[in-house]
Amino acid sequence: MSQSMINSHEITQICLLAGKIILQNGGETYRVEDTMVRIAAAYGIENSHSFVTPTGIIFAIDGSSQMTKLIRINERSTNLLKVSLVNDISRQISTGKLPAGEAHRMLQELDTQAFTYPSWLKIVAAAIASSCFLIMFQGSWRDALPVMLAGGIGFAFFLQLHRVVPIKFFAEFITALLIGTLSVFFVHKGFGTDLDKIIIGSVMPLVPGLPITAAVRDLMAGHLVSGLSKGAEAFLTAFAIGAGIAAVLSFY
Amino acid sequence: MMMLEQLATSFIASAAFGLIFNAPKRTLLHCGAVGMIGWFIYIACTQMNLDAIPSTLIAAFVVTVISQLFAKLYKTPIIVFSVSGIIPLVPGGLAYDAMRNVVEDHYDIAVQLAVKAFMISGAIAIGLLFSEVINQIIRKSERKPG
Repeated sequence: MSQSMINSHEITQICLLAGKIILQNGGETYRVEDTMVRIAAAYGIENSHSFVTPTGIIFAIDGSSQMTKLIRINERSTNLLKVSLVNDISRQISTGKLPAGEAHRMLQELDTQAFTYPSWLKIVAAAIASSCFLIMFQGSWRDALPVMLAGGIGFAFFLQLHRVVPIKFFAEFITALLIGTLSVFFVHKGFGTDLDKIIIGSVMPLVPGLPITAAVRDLMAGHLVSGLSKGAEAFLTAFAIGAGIAAVLSFY
Repeated sequence: MMMLEQLATSFIASAAFGLIFNAPKRTLLHCGAVGMIGWFIYIACTQMNLDAIPSTLIAAFVVTVISQLFAKLYKTPIIVFSVSGIIPLVPGGLAYDAMRNVVEDHYDIAVQLAVKAFMISGAIAIGLLFSEVINQIIRKSERKPG
């Protein structure tokens, strides 16, 4: 009995850790639940239940050694590499190749490490993406450089500001203000020509693509609570960007 | 020439978005490819005088089908591919135009544009959903005989 208690305790820990990493790094809610139930089943616990929302996970095991645990998720970011690494670990567990202790150690290691691309690389990517969007939206190549500057500076500013200001929507609003001001400035100085296209292009790196996709996938998997709240997150981000740009335009 | 330009920029933009979302290094090129194919279909549809809404629907559908294929092939979560593929289809330009008209007090035009942007977002959602449902049906029918 006590042996099985210890065992199910560790399995619960593994499941929660795996779920936490996926949820914190932008995975879909249904993936979190699926992964946790699968890991539990692979370690011989057939009756497990999970309830996942974007801000917390409740995981329960039925049977002789009952257990319910709750984990609160405070910070969310986007790191698809971590999501796919947890996915790999869970695949190995499902095939029965990975003992519980080893899996726990691997997940803890994954949780503590950052696994991100360097910030400068992301900023460069954002700058290049901005000017690519300009061309995709039928802008002229003459505006490519100002868009690149506005998009890159805006994204760099957003990364820095988000570190200081934990409220994401406020950071997005201020960034949109900055991008709008920069674009107006460029056009005013004759450096750029088409204000609309410049603003659209440089704002694109902030667009909430991940919440939109995840919200749709959650809603259709039947996770109404998570789907709606992620949809609200996407909408708020879009609103913050819109309001920032609108503020600049109304002064201009 | 213009098509080539569009293909190249959409490829780079989608791959760059994969990088911003921290997608695994080995999948970045695939992210770019998914985005490029989606954008190509969107452009091709609009050039055949199809409205933006059905064009987006078809493009989103194809993006999800390819993402599913890649997800199965490379044993990677599907969201890695579909997110970067969807990004070019997001109606950023329309939403911007709508807002600009709000600021300029043209509320009638603004509402029209906003509704259109909303419909396009809905088309993306339905495209995602539709291909997912088909995938589930195929998976279920595969499982039955076994």
